[in-house]
Amino acid sequence: MSLLEVRDLSVTFTRSGQQPVRAVDGVTFDVAAGQSVGIVGESGSGKSVTSLAVMGLLPARGAHLGGTVTLDGNELTSMDQRALRDVRGRDVAMIFQDPMTSLNPVVTVGRQLTEVLTRHAGLRRGEAKAEAEQLLRRVGIPDPVRRLGEYPHQLSGGMRQRVMIAIAIACRPKLLIADEPTTALDVTIQAQILDLLRNLVAESGCGMIMITHDLGVVAGLCDTVHVMYSGRIVESAGTKELFGRPSHPYTDGLLQSIPRIDADPADLLHTIPGSARDTVPWDRGCAFQPRCERAVDECLAGPPPVAELGTPIVPHPVRCVRPVGEDVIVHEGNVAR
Amino acid sequence: MSLLEVRDLKVHFPIKAGTLLQRTVGAVKAVDGVDLDVEAGTTFGLVGESGCGKSTLGRAIMRLTEPTSGSVTLDGQDILALGERKMRAVRRQFQMVFQDPMASLDPRQSVESLLTEPLRAHKIPGGSAGHAKRIRELLDVVGLPESVVHRYPHEFSGGQRQRLGIARALVLNPALIIADEPVSALDVSIQAQVINLLKELQERFSLTYVVIAHDLAVVRHISKTVAVMYLGGIVEQAPAADLYKQPLHPYTKALMSAVPVPDPNVEESRSRILLQGDLPSPANPPSGCRFHTRCPWKQATKCDTDRPALRELPLVAPGHKVACHYAEDILAGKITPHDVRPEDVELVPAGETTSGTEAAADATEAHVAGGLTPGGPPGAH
Amino acid sequence: MSVNEVVAGEPGGPAPAATESVSSRPPRSLGREAVRRLFRNPMAIVGMVLISLFVLVAIFAPLIAPYSPTDNSWLDQVRPGQYPGPSAEHWLGIDPLGRDVFSRIIYGARQSLLIGVVSLALGATAGIALGVLAGAFGGWVDTVVMRFVDIMLSVPGLLFAIAVAAMLGQSLTSVMIAIAVVNVPIFARLLRGEMLGQRGADYVLAARSLGISRSAIVFRHVLPNSFTPVLVQGTLTLALAIVEAAGLAFLGLSGSDPSAPEWGRMLTDAQETLTSAPMLAVYPGLAIVLAALGFTLVGESLREALDPKFRR
Repeated sequence: MSLLEVRDLSVTFTRSGQQPVRAVDGVTFDVAAGQSVGIVGESGSGKSVTSLAVMGLLPARGAHLGGTVTLDGNELTSMDQRALRDVRGRDVAMIFQDPMTSLNPVVTVGRQLTEVLTRHAGLRRGEAKAEAEQLLRRVGIPDPVRRLGEYPHQLSGGMRQRVMIAIAIACRPKLLIADEPTTALDVTIQAQILDLLRNLVAESGCGMIMITHDLGVVAGLCDTVHVMYSGRIVESAGTKELFGRPSHPYTDGLLQSIPRIDADPADLLHTIPGSARDTVPWDRGCAFQPRCERAVDECLAGPPPVAELGTPIVPHPVRCVRPVGEDVIVHEGNVAR
Repeated sequence: MSLLEVRDLKVHFPIKAGTLLQRTVGAVKAVDGVDLDVEAGTTFGLVGESGCGKSTLGRAIMRLTEPTSGSVTLDGQDILALGERKMRAVRRQFQMVFQDPMASLDPRQSVESLLTEPLRAHKIPGGSAGHAKRIRELLDVVGLPESVVHRYPHEFSGGQRQRLGIARALVLNPALIIADEPVSALDVSIQAQVINLLKELQERFSLTYVVIAHDLAVVRHISKTVAVMYLGGIVEQAPAADLYKQPLHPYTKALMSAVPVPDPNVEESRSRILLQGDLPSPANPPSGCRFHTRCPWKQATKCDTDRPALRELPLVAPGHKVACHYAEDILAGKITPHDVRPEDVELVPAGETTSGTEAAADATEAHVAGGLTPGGPPGAH
Repeated sequence: MSVNEVVAGEPGGPAPAATESVSSRPPRSLGREAVRRLFRNPMAIVGMVLISLFVLVAIFAPLIAPYSPTDNSWLDQVRPGQYPGPSAEHWLGIDPLGRDVFSRIIYGARQSLLIGVVSLALGATAGIALGVLAGAFGGWVDTVVMRFVDIMLSVPGLLFAIAVAAMLGQSLTSVMIAIAVVNVPIFARLLRGEMLGQRGADYVLAARSLGISRSAIVFRHVLPNSFTPVLVQGTLTLALAIVEAAGLAFLGLSGSDPSAPEWGRMLTDAQETLTSAPMLAVYPGLAIVLAALGFTLVGESLREALDPKFRR
């Protein structure tokens, strides 16, 4: 059994006087202990909503949750708020994009760390202080004793993100969710933070979900990747398999459209036309169809089936009627091979 | 001749103290002595991390931020010497494309008004009919339908807004366009569209670009020449292909090795140079080479005392310049990188290096023994 | 955006459109969009109804009021400690001086509206002028103007009003001037801060790089984009001015004619008979609250309607 099992997760936002918006639609994935799972998508793909739903952090009003989220055998979606609060911070911890807004600006770094330790790990203040110092050292912050007494604004962006990570790993969580943890950082600082996260997962054996728009980050960090488009996972595979044989036209187009530092530039980049605004509701067809180069009539004949391009041991499901490299049109009848 | 020549440009922002009687207590040296030559019809890429002064440099070239000293020559004309009225007229020749396409458009201005305003301000002949025709042309050129003329910025998507920003930059037929992070606020799938558009426009209108970006891959893709900035100065400059093939400056090496590549096989095998610590404050930059506090190749002499000049190396491609005292030795493999402890970077306050030098010197001694000839000619090749 | 539009253009979907579709709704300016949002907000509707009622009553007071507000022909019905309550002839009863309370409330709307509008117009004009001066020029002009405004702000409003009344004599004009002066720094600071913020925006930089003149940038871009909070502040200030006018009248600082119908003065007068006829204080109090509420509701809804964060 996996550490985290997400089954058919859906999130619908309703606002009075407006059409309900289905932000996440039938998302299913697993995270095993010691595994890094990447969820990749552009803005509006539903990747961040997915992570908030797993954390149970969606607003109670206006957001309707479907499906199940099971962490270590415990069903989270049906848990009451109190029990969920205990799970958060102890079993699951989250790292956000902007460390400035997710740290309390008027409380010292030390207080914020020891608070977590005394609340969730049940340490006494003295022990917590020593442990906090250890944690800062572990995330690579020099001179931790001095840093404990400082306020977030006294730290640089990279330092703040390290503090966020220290807080997240304070109670040795089973699952770490990192939502664009390096997007606000410079590339050399990003490399430091990614290195730190890679080592943490390897040492502690916790599972990690990496939510990002950057395929480069995923390539260096994750074991498995799920690509999201318009609220659904359109392709999932092991990292090497996915980058080696991108099969959904969106994944393929995205990979081709990124200029690379290690390749000589072609004259013009490959582009995906249009924007995410040009879409089709999933129940009428493939949401990517209006932008797709491989689109055929079948793309608009109801929700696209999932084609399994991998093997039972190395799965590679693709939600597409005409995956890249396949000549046959995938129907409900011939989805599995 | 170069279309744009920048000589020893400095932009220092005074740090003021006191509420009523303000006095200057220091200066943030955002740009500190930069030389640039941009050939007509080419793209000059300027990369660096936040705080390196690249955006300030771009704005200083456009004289949107007043430089402290130095000269900016556009098409033979020293624009820093111009008065306000003449400067306004010269602005026709160079334009800017901004990072955030929403913030760079006036939310209350319709597309028509946005594109007509510059034509009117410069009294471009043609009248309303001529202006309207020009607007239709421009929209077509940037790939927007004519029907958008009466729309407002909030009705467009991010990519479309950036197309509008580019159309505006083109209205007055400029020779030079300075693009400050033109794609970094856009979704990945939209970035390629805008990059291609910029390339197409360059060919069609023989434009000259200065592209400022933190994304090395983007800059590599569109630039002929690339300059790398660190703490207000250019540390390396070279033809794009050469720079990426053979980075000479330790900072460039680290920067390039830090860029994630969307290919797990490459990611697995490549070696990374992880820099320790953060950028020192530009208000109090380190002495000597600005990068020496974080440099894994730092040597015991010169690095912390003399500021290296940007110089051309004889053994690499022509036009490849680097500002490093030991570039030849690093290239020849005579000096190897050593560990920089985060403590060294952290605890040495920028500018004063008394307590930190001993530790750093310890670390380098072994390598000095390993065949370093300080300042010696690179004859080993 | 219409899905059909995109799909219909490419049967079978060989070559997708070169560029993405643009919204197919008719173009809407920000102002029109805001008005649309305003009219969807029930709070705004309630506020606008209250304001319209208030304005209509003020304009048509002679037609609505059954009697003259100064007619004291019912003095004989009044005995000390006993004031006739509501009746068919006098909906809100008679006050200790034998006047019809309902008529006085109706006419009082005129006075309140006059004070509110005139003091707002004076205060906002002066404040906006100072704000534009400081915000457009910056530098030492800004410093001088803002120090001046700070000095104005440091004098307590009520104290200043009393001083003005003492200097100019008790009159409606001094009340209006006093309230206007109190409002000047509010508008000046608000507009100046907003303009300074907008001046650093990228679109201003873009305009500068296009060689647009400084005055054109200030008046065509910076000022219009800074005006939203001023508009909101205006409606809120109107509500405040009505309350302030009542407050000044309560302190005995209103116009020279004590018989003039005014809500604040009615409150003062009702104070003497508060135990025997509490309702005499409730009526003008309620009128003040409703009028102020109307402007506050509209002001708050405007703020919401014009705020880009609420925009979708």
